[in-house]
Amino acid sequence: MAGTLRPRGVPLEGLPPAEAYRAAAARKALFLFLALGAVGGMALVATAVGGARLGIGEVARALGARLLPFLELSVPRSDLAIVWHLRLPRIALGILAGFGLGLAGAAMQGALRNPLVSPFTLGVSAGATLGASLAIVAGFGLVGAGRYVVMGNAFLFAMGACLIILAVGKLRGVSPESFILVGIALTYLFGAATSVLQYLAEEGDLARVVHWMFGSLAGASREAVLTVAGVIGMAFPFLLKASWDLNALAQGDEVARALGVNPGRVRMAVMALSSLIAATITCFTGLIGFVGLVAPHIARLLLGTDHRYLLPGAGLLGAGLLLAADTVGRTLFSPLVIPVGIVISVVGAPFFLALLLRRRRAIWR
Amino acid sequence: MKLRIRGVEFHYPARPVLRGISLEVRGGEVLGLVGPNGAGKTTLLRCINRVLRPRRGTILVGKDDVGKLSPRVLARKIGYVPQASPHGFPATVFEVVLLGRRPYVSWAVSPRDREVVAEVLTLLGLEKFCNRDFNELSGGERQKVLIARALAQEPEVLLLDEPTSNLDLRHQLEVLGLVRSIVKEKGMAAVMAIHDLNLAARFSDKLAFLHRGKIHDVGEPAEVLTQENIRSVYGVEALISEDSGIPYIIPLAPIGAHPSPLPSGPSQKASVKCRCD
Repeated sequence: MAGTLRPRGVPLEGLPPAEAYRAAAARKALFLFLALGAVGGMALVATAVGGARLGIGEVARALGARLLPFLELSVPRSDLAIVWHLRLPRIALGILAGFGLGLAGAAMQGALRNPLVSPFTLGVSAGATLGASLAIVAGFGLVGAGRYVVMGNAFLFAMGACLIILAVGKLRGVSPESFILVGIALTYLFGAATSVLQYLAEEGDLARVVHWMFGSLAGASREAVLTVAGVIGMAFPFLLKASWDLNALAQGDEVARALGVNPGRVRMAVMALSSLIAATITCFTGLIGFVGLVAPHIARLLLGTDHRYLLPGAGLLGAGLLLAADTVGRTLFSPLVIPVGIVISVVGAPFFLALLLRRRRAIWR
Repeated sequence: MKLRIRGVEFHYPARPVLRGISLEVRGGEVLGLVGPNGAGKTTLLRCINRVLRPRRGTILVGKDDVGKLSPRVLARKIGYVPQASPHGFPATVFEVVLLGRRPYVSWAVSPRDREVVAEVLTLLGLEKFCNRDFNELSGGERQKVLIARALAQEPEVLLLDEPTSNLDLRHQLEVLGLVRSIVKEKGMAAVMAIHDLNLAARFSDKLAFLHRGKIHDVGEPAEVLTQENIRSVYGVEALISEDSGIPYIIPLAPIGAHPSPLPSGPSQKASVKCRCD
């Protein structure tokens, strides 16, 4: 693969084509395994850093005490509480949110053949923001009570945006351009409505809206983790199964048809599943942009454009990025916590630029 | 007969495009589809591989009715070579050709899939490009890759839409020569929409003149490439000459050029109303 995971000294050029492909595929699989391991390792480290300093050993013991009760480890109660109630949900949500956003971004970019697409350019985020603002400022909620009103609203409005896009796609022909243009139109419309609400809001509410828009993992809870995990667990296999179809779509709708793929159907299904993932995550975390746009590009630089590797790769890179960003945000100016949505852009953008400049391979032409 | 087209009609909402097309192509044969812009060449290709559904008529590949096959099975029988590929995320030549195996693959790429792709790459002299980015290749090489992908489908019928439109002189000859010899060797039936009448005559076993959604004339190039046909289909005066049995034309002038849209030049009207071919 041109520029992709080609260790020096093992040129693919010397091999016959079939062997070269096999070797490259094996390398990509290995890369995915290593990335999975790296995210696991980062999670362990992230559990160990924070306001109350616990060593990795203590963290491991606290984890072991619950996971492997037959070992009968004795662990201080405070360690258990910090690890299991404060840090783990936050770290788990960070990993899941990063994975989901990276995955959704890669799938959407593939389905619409467009490198600028992410869950956040297609109205999902604007819908969620409007929903959350309505709940916070106007006290208007479609479902739920208490703190769930904001989440419920954010989710429903995000899915509403997605449904409008899909409906217009169905009515006006499912070309990539129609999806993107409707998404942009919705983003403006919802953005305007949100601005009106912000203009009218009291100071306290306004601060809450702005805070929501930063995107943070502070609201991590067991139910957030389980819900996000459930949705990703449901959608990921379907998206992965659509890998060949997405690969075919990259060659144009007409060719995709000639290869036995129904472009419209694939596009609708992939858009619906990706939006569902993004909406679920966003309603718990607020707006975390950038990951969904950039994780797929980084994955493409490293793994190439075959969606069988790209989708999991983008997910794992998103998970790593988000976890790293949140850990930095939690610890850098501790006890002050910087919202992960801000850190990810500050850390991610230069990283991405560096990668772009270093690689010979174009991400788009 | 490998490919039988019987009484195919197709209408876009506003206008009829194909009005009762019947054609037959034998295994090992290349059928050149010629005619002015808007005559329905591309539409006919799209009907054959069911990107469009004809309102009437049947298309048979061997004994199978194209309208009754699943998309996946159909994609194993009919390979399609587009004019060009959209630019986009980069993929390697091997990956692009491997997509031709999509109709056979469920998830993993089998050794057989890799073998077929490698074989096709060798056949078209593309081995050395296999790890290169498809978008970095020259127009001629790209066209060969698109042909390779269609061949990787191991089809019985090969459809080509203007395979030479973006190629220089040498690549035109090279690509069409390859297509013809591969079609012969594998016993496929090929249908090729092509504008250049001289290339069409040289590299087709049969020529079909398509005019306003109908077959105006069909037969061996030497039989059908006549002044009368050129005149009535294209509205062009032309000289026909011959080089070792292969006819070639020298176009001279459009008939009744302008400004009068008189009956003498009906085909200019046809070319004006076309959207894009």
